[in-house]
Amino acid sequence: MAQPGTSYDDIPGTTVFDAQRSRQGYWLNQFCMSLMKAENRAAFKADESTYLDQFPMSPEQKQAILDRNWNRMIELGGNIYFTSKLGATDGLSFQQLAAKMTGMTQQEYADMMAHGGRPPEGNRYKWEWENKGTSANG
Amino acid sequence: MARIVAGLTTSHVPAIGAAIDNGRAAEPYWKAVLDGYKPSQKWIADLKPDVVFLVYNDHASAFSLEIIPTFALGCAAEFKPADEGWGPRPVPVVKGYPEMAWHIAQSLILDEFDITIVNQMDVDHGLTVPMNLLFGQPEEWPVRVIPLAVNVVQYPPPTGNRCYNLGKAIRRAVESFDEDLKVVIFGTGGMSHQLQGPRAGFINKEFDARFLDRLVKDPVGLSHMPHVEYLREAGSEGVEMVMWLIMRGALDEDVDEVHRFYHVPASNTAVGHIVLQNKEPVAR
Repeated sequence: MAQPGTSYDDIPGTTVFDAQRSRQGYWLNQFCMSLMKAENRAAFKADESTYLDQFPMSPEQKQAILDRNWNRMIELGGNIYFTSKLGATDGLSFQQLAAKMTGMTQQEYADMMAHGGRPPEGNRYKWEWENKGTSANG
Repeated sequence: MARIVAGLTTSHVPAIGAAIDNGRAAEPYWKAVLDGYKPSQKWIADLKPDVVFLVYNDHASAFSLEIIPTFALGCAAEFKPADEGWGPRPVPVVKGYPEMAWHIAQSLILDEFDITIVNQMDVDHGLTVPMNLLFGQPEEWPVRVIPLAVNVVQYPPPTGNRCYNLGKAIRRAVESFDEDLKVVIFGTGGMSHQLQGPRAGFINKEFDARFLDRLVKDPVGLSHMPHVEYLREAGSEGVEMVMWLIMRGALDEDVDEVHRFYHVPASNTAVGHIVLQNKEPVAR
C-alpha cells in the first residue's frame, strides 16, 4: 500500500494541499468559501479587517489576505481553488492570479503560456532552481 | 440492459466556459481550442446516447472543506449550475436520472466501492464546460447526466488503480440496469497544468502525449503511476487526470480511438481530448 509521504516536497515552487496544510488552512479556506455569496462579498469589501475577525485565523493568515500575498496564503494552508474566490472578489481571473504568484506581469505570463508554457526541463526538482538561483521561465 | 458504448476524456478549463458565455468563442485564441471538438460533436450527435456518466471534480463549489467525499454520486433529478463567485453560468439545468443513479449507487456499494450518495449538488465548470464542448449551447441538454464528483482538491486523491477498478464496477452497475440505454462515460480534467505558486504555468507536452497513448493501449500500467509522478511531471493540478482512468476502466480493454485533440494553451492549461469506442459488440 502507498504510504502517505512527503516525497513531493522536493518539487520547486509547489505546495501540495495535504492533511497538515488543510488543517492549518481550514479557516482561511472557509473564509474564501464565504465569498461565494454576494452579500458576504459586499460585507468583506466594506470592512475587510472586521469581516476577517469572524474567522479564527492566525494574524499571519489575516495579514496575508489583507496584503493579497497569494503565495504566502498558500504557504499558510490556503488552497488555490479557495484563494481564487478571493481573486474573483477582486475581479482577477485565474490567469491573472497565476501571473501574480510567479512574479511575472500578466503579459509576460500570457506570452509564456502562448509559447507552450513553463517547460519541464529545469522545473522538476528544487535543486534545479537552487542551482540557477532563480525560477526557470519559458 | 444499459450499455456503456464509448468513453471520452476532456479538459474542463473554466476560461473556455467564460469564453463561450461571453460570446468570444470565435476569437482565434478560443477557436483554436473549440475547433478541436467539432469532430466529436458530430460523433456524439450521430451516436445519440441516452445517458452521460460524467466524472469530474468539484472546485470548492458544492463541497468546501467541511465534508470531502472521495467519490460522490449525484442521484438528484436535476443539478443547477453553481455560482462560482460571479453568478451561475448561463447554461441549461442538468437533468439527472435518479432511478439509474440510485441503482448504480447500490450496485457500487455492494461491489465494495463505498461511494457517497448526493441528493443536492450544484455543478460547476468541471461538469458544465465538457457539456458545452460536446453538445454546444442548446436550450436543453440532449442527454440525462449522472455526475460523479471525485476529490482531487485535498491530497491525496484516490489512486489511479482505485479509479480504474471503480470504472470496471461502474460498468457492472450500468449493465445490470434493466433498461435499454446507450451510455457514454466522460472522464474530465487535465491535462498538464499548475495553477498555484511560483511554478504556475507548468506544461509537459511529452508527458501528455505519452499519457494519451498509454490510456488507449496500456491502461493497467498507467493505473499504477504514483501521485508524485503526476505532481512533478504534469503539475500540481495535473493530478486530476486520475479521473480519466475511471472512464477507461469502464470500457473494453481493446478499444478504437475515434478522435484525439491536443492544444496548448487554454488559459493556464494544456487541453487534451480523446474519444474511445468499444469494438462493435457481437450480437448478445
